[in-house]
Amino acid sequence: MTVRAVQQVIDGLASGSIYGALALALVLAHRATGVVNFAQGQMAVVSTFFAWSFVQAGLGVIPAVVLTVAASLLFGAAVERVAMRRFERESPMIAIVATVGLLLLLNGMSSLIWGYELKAFPPAFSSGTLRAGGAVVSITALGTFLVLVAVVLLLYALMMRTRLGLALRAVADNPDSSALSGLPVGHLLMVGWGLAAGLGAIAGCLVAPKLYLDPNMLAGVLVYALAAAVLGGFDSPLGAVVAAWIIGVSENLAATYIGFIGNDLRISVPLLLTVLVLLFRPQGLFGRREVVRV
Amino acid sequence: MTGTGVLQLVGVVAGYRRSQVLHGVDLEVAAGGVTALLGANGAGKTTTLRAISGMVWRRGTITFDGRDLSRLRPDQVARLGIAHVPQGRGTLARLSTAENLMVGALRRRRDSSGVRADLQACFDLFPPLAQRRDAVAGSLSGGEQQMLAIGRALMSRPRLLLLDEPSLGLAPRVTQEMFRVLRDLRAERGLTMLLVEQSVGVALDIADTAVVLETGRVTLRGPAAELAGVDEVRRAYLGS
Repeated sequence: MTVRAVQQVIDGLASGSIYGALALALVLAHRATGVVNFAQGQMAVVSTFFAWSFVQAGLGVIPAVVLTVAASLLFGAAVERVAMRRFERESPMIAIVATVGLLLLLNGMSSLIWGYELKAFPPAFSSGTLRAGGAVVSITALGTFLVLVAVVLLLYALMMRTRLGLALRAVADNPDSSALSGLPVGHLLMVGWGLAAGLGAIAGCLVAPKLYLDPNMLAGVLVYALAAAVLGGFDSPLGAVVAAWIIGVSENLAATYIGFIGNDLRISVPLLLTVLVLLFRPQGLFGRREVVRV
Repeated sequence: MTGTGVLQLVGVVAGYRRSQVLHGVDLEVAAGGVTALLGANGAGKTTTLRAISGMVWRRGTITFDGRDLSRLRPDQVARLGIAHVPQGRGTLARLSTAENLMVGALRRRRDSSGVRADLQACFDLFPPLAQRRDAVAGSLSGGEQQMLAIGRALMSRPRLLLLDEPSLGLAPRVTQEMFRVLRDLRAERGLTMLLVEQSVGVALDIADTAVVLETGRVTLRGPAAELAGVDEVRRAYLGS
């Protein structure tokens, strides 16, 4: 009973880490550009196809992922410059709709280029397991977890401790006003999209071995990632990750211990939880309440 | 036009999308001086500042220290040493007070000791900001946000300060305090300012030159003290 519960928690943390990786990309994009990017998952899928192509070309997994993250920085920046630039000055609603359009466009293009059939993606971690007191932890889950923690720390340091991070946050907060302080708004938005895409690439490469690669690989994960970002409070990287873990664990426990939920209704548990939390804390678990005086 | 100003506008036409607001503005700001830009609502005062900063479309000649500004983006204009404190203050609401000030100094890359000293100077200039140092800027009062906007502008060590209605929405006592600080800045640093202000009395008090705009054109200009005595200015803006 208890071992089973511990196992469920561990598995929940593992899947939560995957939701968290994509949620981090969403939060970073939001903090750096002020836009909720619905195409973030699809961009991550395109990045994962890059990585797959590099592996096909004979690269090892780790070098392929590193190269992919670098390529994704450029890819994200290019998407901002080519597709998003003209919508950013409009209302947030228009920008969001534009990202939905981008999602569909990228989905279609990756189907066209790489096709629909599922592709096996080599895991970055060994397939072994660790045992501790009857519970089993796969090296992959542990690795994913650790990568995520490292990324959160790096991201926190970047956003809160560097001049670039301050500039990115300023531009996301108020681009016009930031320009009056001499910040090159257009360049910084490109950097923000590039960084988010790089993060998305990590998320995509982490899940691809488990989900298999196809153009719709992250459609389901995006729902969880959005829920995690909202639950954590859209401005907090740590909040997004902790929320993703809460979602992963609660989903697993509910599916195991609440009879009628099982595997069919499990996706509704975290979403219900999110709605309930937002009823009482609209700014999310870790978000700061917006206070604006005029 | 005598041609001695650091900032010169000649025949400037500007506006928003399809609506033209300025119809040929000639203006000059002398180095170390304070020029007040007066006029009724809709006369084009804010648009004149925005034309200088490149926030609206504009044609005509705008030069700063002999450099043409008319094709530059707002961030490029700012980097030449023009700090624009916009109407509505432009507070970066989700950043802290100290972070807002540091954004003003982001372009000063190799001067971290100077930046630190200026940050302290800013807090000395505006003590309420020091108390709210780590507060989210969106939670500051209107007066504090205005101080923050001016402080952020000063953090860039500007050579020209554009101020757009700094007294808007502030209590008279707060306005007085702010103008006392601006007067000190002018006296101590010789900071050049172009000031748009609804409270004409306060503006003429600090300015040495005044320019009156009407429907996008300059209709009157002269020494501030003289303009304060001109009947039409008194009637139109001073309410006497």
